[in-house]
Amino acid sequence: MSTPEIRVQDLHKSFGDNQVLKGIDLEIGQGEVVCVIGPSGSGKSTLLRCVNLLEEPTAGRVFVGGTEITDPDVDIDAVRRRIGMVFQQFNLFPHLSVTGNLTLPQRRVLGRSKDDAARIAAENLSRVGLAEKADAFPASLSGGQQQRVAIARALAMGPDVMLFDEPTSALDPELVGDVLAVMRMLADEGMTMMVVTHEMSFAREVADRVVFMDGGVIVEEGAPAQVIGRPAHARTRHFLSRLLDPAMADVEEETADTEDTRE
Amino acid sequence: MTDPGTPLQPRRTGLSRSRKRQISRGAQYAVFAAVVIALAVTADWGRLKNQFFQWDLVKQMFPDVITLALKNTVLYTTFGFVVGLVLGIVLALMRLSSVGPYRWVAGLYIEIFRGLPALLIFIFVGVAVPLAFPGTEIPGGTYGKVAIALGTVGAAYMAETFRAGIQAVPKGQMEAARSLGFSHARAMVSIVVPQAFRIIVPPLTNELVTLFKDSSLVLFLGVTLEERELSKYGRDLASETANSTPILVAGLCYLLVTIPLGFLARRLEDKRKGADK
Ligand SMILES: Nc1ncnc2c1ncn2[C@@H]1O[C@H](COP(=O)(O)OP(=O)(O)OP(=O)(O)O)[C@@H](O)[C@H]1O
Ligand SMILES: [Mg+2]
Repeated sequence: MSTPEIRVQDLHKSFGDNQVLKGIDLEIGQGEVVCVIGPSGSGKSTLLRCVNLLEEPTAGRVFVGGTEITDPDVDIDAVRRRIGMVFQQFNLFPHLSVTGNLTLPQRRVLGRSKDDAARIAAENLSRVGLAEKADAFPASLSGGQQQRVAIARALAMGPDVMLFDEPTSALDPELVGDVLAVMRMLADEGMTMMVVTHEMSFAREVADRVVFMDGGVIVEEGAPAQVIGRPAHARTRHFLSRLLDPAMADVEEETADTEDTRE
Repeated sequence: MTDPGTPLQPRRTGLSRSRKRQISRGAQYAVFAAVVIALAVTADWGRLKNQFFQWDLVKQMFPDVITLALKNTVLYTTFGFVVGLVLGIVLALMRLSSVGPYRWVAGLYIEIFRGLPALLIFIFVGVAVPLAFPGTEIPGGTYGKVAIALGTVGAAYMAETFRAGIQAVPKGQMEAARSLGFSHARAMVSIVVPQAFRIIVPPLTNELVTLFKDSSLVLFLGVTLEERELSKYGRDLASETANSTPILVAGLCYLLVTIPLGFLARRLEDKRKGADK
């Protein structure tokens, strides 16, 4: 691990009075895959969105590939080209075909020629296994296919880092596997990835490190086997038990919550 | 529930609900019929026909009413619509800008020009623009003036339509574009505005109908014979012949365009609602 690809220093973010991130420190090395887990509202999405400045941090610094992106003088559009982002709701451009979704950003943002853009689009579509959908429109695709197109669209820009915000949460269960397979392939190819997810099996098998967040702070981080297998903190244990067995969690919710606040 | 045998539902009036509805509808029809008959009987149809429907006058109007008057109305409307569209997009983007002064200027413009009668704006363009820029002719003569006057009015309404359309595009679209490295302006132009366009085609069609009618205000700009549109043409001919038939024909020519356009707007709207489901 040379210079970290992503470095987050004492990151704070508030929306009005609502303090969402309360001092996050995190480093992600080149080629590392880090999964961020935690309960709803703990600030996972906000953290991810601060890494490509979709949200403006209130305080703290963020470096990507050695560039401080929180520096007011930085060309944020240039920085974002190196950071791919995949959203829970896919966010494909519905007025463009699948190929259009992949070529328009390359041409408008990177200034690639029509032919180059088309070639790179085709390559990336086959990487995610959707070469035959090149001319389809997003509305005619399943959620899983849309999400894979969204990944291909981000990859076509040649990013150094990929951010995923619950990429499979909006999918029917039987479609989750296809998307996770693509992400696993990326991880194997050495892509630096930061993944907010509730897919514990993915985190366990693919992540180099798992970060557990709660209440705007990182409660615990480490190897998946440790954080998911033998969590050191009660809050982590509680979160995981609810996640793995939601039916059980309902029973213990009351007591667990009071225990949380006492901590 | 109207079953008279049910003891739990006491009958208060002795009339079932459907019976009451029947009676009320019958009464409405009766009033309507009475009004129509009264108008038909009291109106002097002979005089009306004389004044509004002289068949040889109708024949005399063709083909000029189409080849000249309707053509000019369509031209004026088209030019005005194009100017309004471009200016409207600019105003809408200014209105949504993060730069305060842009928002204020656009907001002021929209408030002012939506609050003024189109007629005043026509007179203003006819008088003020030549005064303000002496020596410079508005390109296109009357056509240019009308394009500016209609465009100025139309832009204020279209800007609001655009703004609503842009705001109806999900926030995720802008975020996805920004995360791919688009600047805000580029994302607007390449991603958001094209999607907003689809949403606003029906209201824009209605705006086109309004401009089509407002083009009659050219009347107040002073036009040459060749530049007359439907209203001016109809009115001139009416005073020449001391008969109102030309007005009726001109009116029918408007409807020839506005009714299909209105129909189209509703169709597009239904289709879009169907697509959104
Ligand atoms: N744009 C915003 N404006 C105001 N408050 C916001 C905004 N975005 C997020 N928040 C608040 O920040 C807190 C954390 O939100 P965030 O989306 O980061 O949580 P999360 O961990 O991603 O949760 P989830 O698992 O539900 O996605 C929430 O209380 C939310 O209401
Ligand atoms: Mg989230």
